[in-house]
Amino acid sequence: MSTLETAPAVGETPATAAAAKSGKARKRPSFLLWFAIAWMALVLLGALLSLVASDVFPHGYDKAFGEAKQAPFSSWPEFLGTDGLGRSHLTRLAFGARVSMIVALVSVVVGVLVGGLLGLVAAYFRGVTEMVIDLFSDALLAFPPLILLLALSSVYEPSQTSITAGLAVLTIPGFTRLTKASAIAQSNREYVTVAKAMGAGPGRIIFKELLPNTFPAVMSYSVIVMAVLIVAEGSLSFLGLSIPPPMPSWGGMINSAKDDLSLYPSQVFVPCAVLFLTVFSLNVIGDRLRAKFDVRDTKL
Amino acid sequence: MLRLLGRKLLALIPVLFLVTFATTALPDLVDGSPVAQMLGPGSTPQDLKDLEHEFGYDKSLPVRYVTWVGNALTGDLGESLKTRTSVMDGIAERFPVTLELAVFALLMALIVAVPLGVWTAAKAGGRVDRVIGGVSSGLLSIPTFVSVFILVYFFANPKMMLAFKPTGWEYISVDFAKNIEFAFLPALALALAEIPQFQRLLRSDMLATLQEDFILTARSKGLSTPYVLFRHALRPSSFSLLTVSGLTLGRLIGGTVIVESYFAIPGLGQGMYQAINGKDIPVVQGTVVVIALIYVLLNTLVDIGYSLIDPRVRAR
Repeated sequence: MSTLETAPAVGETPATAAAAKSGKARKRPSFLLWFAIAWMALVLLGALLSLVASDVFPHGYDKAFGEAKQAPFSSWPEFLGTDGLGRSHLTRLAFGARVSMIVALVSVVVGVLVGGLLGLVAAYFRGVTEMVIDLFSDALLAFPPLILLLALSSVYEPSQTSITAGLAVLTIPGFTRLTKASAIAQSNREYVTVAKAMGAGPGRIIFKELLPNTFPAVMSYSVIVMAVLIVAEGSLSFLGLSIPPPMPSWGGMINSAKDDLSLYPSQVFVPCAVLFLTVFSLNVIGDRLRAKFDVRDTKL
Repeated sequence: MLRLLGRKLLALIPVLFLVTFATTALPDLVDGSPVAQMLGPGSTPQDLKDLEHEFGYDKSLPVRYVTWVGNALTGDLGESLKTRTSVMDGIAERFPVTLELAVFALLMALIVAVPLGVWTAAKAGGRVDRVIGGVSSGLLSIPTFVSVFILVYFFANPKMMLAFKPTGWEYISVDFAKNIEFAFLPALALALAEIPQFQRLLRSDMLATLQEDFILTARSKGLSTPYVLFRHALRPSSFSLLTVSGLTLGRLIGGTVIVESYFAIPGLGQGMYQAINGKDIPVVQGTVVVIALIYVLLNTLVDIGYSLIDPRVRAR
């Protein structure tokens, strides 16, 4: 999917309800979950190593060291082969992981902090405050987000900072909406009324009562959003509108190998597989978290 | 009903204002002059000034905004910096291609997803359901720019199977069969991302419908299972699918950039991509506004249509 669809999936709620009703809550084999966790650990390790200890890789990401377009599993330690310029796929994929992870993590953190705060404030104060916040979040959610980033890249030279900032802004409204819905449901509960009756001010109620109880829903959603963000960054770098070379990114690696598709398919499919596994793992983990902290009572 | 219509249309105003204003502000973000690229070697600063004046970039942002909106309301979206042709004409030429691609993809997704959704709901919890559920959650994780390669590698590759041409386009008005041949793979690439969502949605709605008493009645009358599924259960279960299809069409129209630029299809997405790379700001601006307008209008229409069908929504 090429678009950045960060609105909470409204259709999922009846699905879980219906599945529960039919009495057969499907349980995926948990090895899938463990695989997903292991894969994400690997990706994070690659990202971390390329950030702090890039010397552990046998070859650099920007220097050719051998024959170009080597197939994967043909040599050691470069078991993932080389790209069109003879650079190591292994190193470049690790550096690509770093780009993807930084973009996704930073955007999600900004989205959670800003969007979550706006959502809580809107849910607590309601009235005009809610209207103004809704106005902005609805406006941002109202059109295809990737188009906005594309339009921006027509005037800005893209960099890691600009891409992250753009994606972060786009993740805010989704979190605002989710936190708001969840916090409104919570604020009708007795414990909030009790807190109010005991004289708690807005700050206390928002941060001590509402915040901890909206957290599970936000957490499972943010894992899914990370997957969406990685696809979005990949789409941009596939179009050549993200991190400029020689810094590798997964989408950029796919893009630069696209003419080799019929002769050297591994050039394209190695980065594709890494990207797919990452997105898939995040989706599996996010789904699991959502099932665990069922957000049905938020009435999205 | 009129009040709802009025409220929905009022809600469009801030969105449209934001899009149009933001795109008008684009040239101010450019490093240097947006028209500098149009000048040949040996041009004087005076030439630059003249060009800026001609395109109105010497005026302040509010003035430019008002002028732009005034012109846009009469159907004039300005001139391309590259070709000096009307932006509106370019969009009018490219839009039908993108629309065809989006509609084709939507139909393809529905044709595949509806039977699968019904089937998995009928066999909920069984082996078929689990296999299709697994495949569809896998499909959900394949970005369009990856599925494009998978499709081209297997179906448009002389070494595998040369069923389709890898790139190119023929207008539907010129040669229908050729058009379909070119449009099939790109549309399928777009549809692949939608199929799992449609299938999941229909499955969960069908599951709820199948609990209803009238299904039990139909079954106890001795009607065959396929008849009950397709004639009794499908229609009341397809409300949300229809809604989502409407929204998806809007999203597809705005989301064809990758597919169009890869398959070299002369649609809006490719036009936008070329304009971005050429820093042709009026074209970017016009395309973004048109795409946003279509998307927002479609969403509003779906909203209104939904409340026409289901009065409970109106009460909200």
